Amino acid sequence: MRELSLNVMDVAQNSVRAQASLVTISVEESDRGDFLQISIADNGCGMTEEQVQQVIDPFFTTRTTRKVGLGVPLFKLSAEQTGGSFDIQSKLSVGTTTTARYVKSHVDMTPLGDINDTVKILIQCNPDIDFVYTRTTDNGSFTLDTRELRELLEGVPLDTPDVLEWIGAFLEENTQSILGGAE
Amino acid sequence: MKSLAELKAIRDKAKANLDLRKENPNAARVLVGMATCGIAAGARPVLNAFVEEIAKRGLTNDITVTQTGCIGICQYEPVVEIEIPGQDKVTYVKVAPEMVPKIVNDHLVNKNVVTEYTIGAMNKK
Repeated sequence: MRELSLNVMDVAQNSVRAQASLVTISVEESDRGDFLQISIADNGCGMTEEQVQQVIDPFFTTRTTRKVGLGVPLFKLSAEQTGGSFDIQSKLSVGTTTTARYVKSHVDMTPLGDINDTVKILIQCNPDIDFVYTRTTDNGSFTLDTRELRELLEGVPLDTPDVLEWIGAFLEENTQSILGGAE
Repeated sequence: MKSLAELKAIRDKAKANLDLRKENPNAARVLVGMATCGIAAGARPVLNAFVEEIAKRGLTNDITVTQTGCIGICQYEPVVEIEIPGQDKVTYVKVAPEMVPKIVNDHLVNKNVVTEYTIGAMNKK
């Protein structure tokens, strides 16, 4: 994967397939601490301990269309190649939390990429699932919670084009404000 | 900054059109393959290109764009399937964002399949 945001999209879709109604994505990074941590938590069907061991194996997949499952192995590799770590916690009928931690300054660090686009597409393509996205940097933090938006929208779907545009702009503006950079 | 007040205005405007949106059993479907294979091959910009082109033409009530999983032809990703009610499903392969306006215009609007982009054409090469 060229961007970590693509890994996030990929792994978040495992949550969708696990029939989650709430998916919480958090991206926390610190230049001071030299780390970036991505976690994707869902309240889907969860996995047994045995299955958790299996998903790390590229030759394990529950799907029948092909014989390999590379989503989780690629995500794990991206973290471990920077000297970071990777962890999956899962409980049957409770949910799954996947966490990847990176050493930001490592030469093999994959760029985060367009994470806002990932969040927007996930909402657009799964308008009935709730997403909570939190981004944290050394300068601050912001959260987009579709449960709050849904309440305000009074039945207007989240995938309405104007709503998606608002979501995109909201993510963009808030990201800019916590990334700092040259003004 | 994007405010919630702005979102409320969008809501009120959208509510007026809501009934119209729900009642379209004849909507065409664009399914973009977005499993690991599709994403790695560049499906995300392709999906965005479809959404933009369809919005630009004001066709959001007539065409829905969604993600789908892997259908087992990973070597042909990004794969896009188009379903128009009453017609055979068409599978486009190795789709790039540049190909999207033509697919929307020729296939979705004018109902002429872009044969050279389909999986059938790819197999003959």
